[in-house]
Amino acid sequence: MADAPVPIAQRRLMDVKLGELPNWAATRDFTPNGILSAVRRGHDRFYNKYINVKRGGIGGVAMLLTGYVVLSYIWEYDHIKHDRWRKYH
Amino acid sequence: MILSFFDQFMSPTHLGIPLIALALSLPWVLIPTPTNRWLNNRLLTLQGWFINRFTQQLMLPINLGGHKWAVLLTALMLLLITLNLLGLLPYTFTPTTQLSLNMGFAVPLWLATVIIGMRNQPTAALGHLLPEGTPVPLIPVLIVIETISLFIRPLALGVRLTANLTAGHLLIQLIATAAFVLLPMMPTVAILTSTVLFLLTLLEVAVAMIQAYVFVLLLSLYLQENV
Repeated sequence: MADAPVPIAQRRLMDVKLGELPNWAATRDFTPNGILSAVRRGHDRFYNKYINVKRGGIGGVAMLLTGYVVLSYIWEYDHIKHDRWRKYH
Repeated sequence: MILSFFDQFMSPTHLGIPLIALALSLPWVLIPTPTNRWLNNRLLTLQGWFINRFTQQLMLPINLGGHKWAVLLTALMLLLITLNLLGLLPYTFTPTTQLSLNMGFAVPLWLATVIIGMRNQPTAALGHLLPEGTPVPLIPVLIVIETISLFIRPLALGVRLTANLTAGHLLIQLIATAAFVLLPMMPTVAILTSTVLFLLTLLEVAVAMIQAYVFVLLLSLYLQENV
């Protein structure tokens, strides 16, 4: 309460309130360099938390692969939805 | 109706991004770069062990001039193995089922081995066209045959990989459809079909790895002849 309000562009995602989300998204860097660095940062966070640990198990890679399967499903959904109740496949 | 079995080999696009872009960039995520720590994490240790063993085995029969190719061939092997094995997960797309990609790997690398041979030791490279000990009357025919076999190599490399993976994926889809359709009608037959499906999946895992290996091995063989 006593500290000055931080401008929205410098706040992390978890500190942004729901109503301010579009404003926050507008301040993000959507250039190719920005997107690339965001991907790199996300990858580093995941890698250092789940894979680059002393006794990492199968969990880190398994999470990645599950995410990949889910993403592929979303990519192919438009195509697969025709298979739902076909008589002849 | 029949066409839908081949639809798994079409790369779908979502919001303008084709799935093949995601599928081709996944090996980058799954194969981390070594850090400069003394003891790395388990994934990196495993990966380092595998790469060392593989490069050692691959470079055994090749003499010194070919050792420049070690990085390229090992990287290619890693990429192919990862792409093939990832394609066995449900709903994923296997880029190596596309003939264009495999020919893009095979033709430049094969051409490089031929050109290296022709530049460095043209006599020996041309001498490969005639096996030792052929009877004299057969020489013209054999040279023609060997030339054709030389030019067919890139085609064979690319098509071999494509055909093996495509056939495997198709079989999995066919047998899975059969098991699924049979389940309400004849459960016993469905269980038998599911057993076949399980064995086939194991085979596919093996084929995925073997095909990648064969590709790189043959390339190293062509290199060995020419270097």
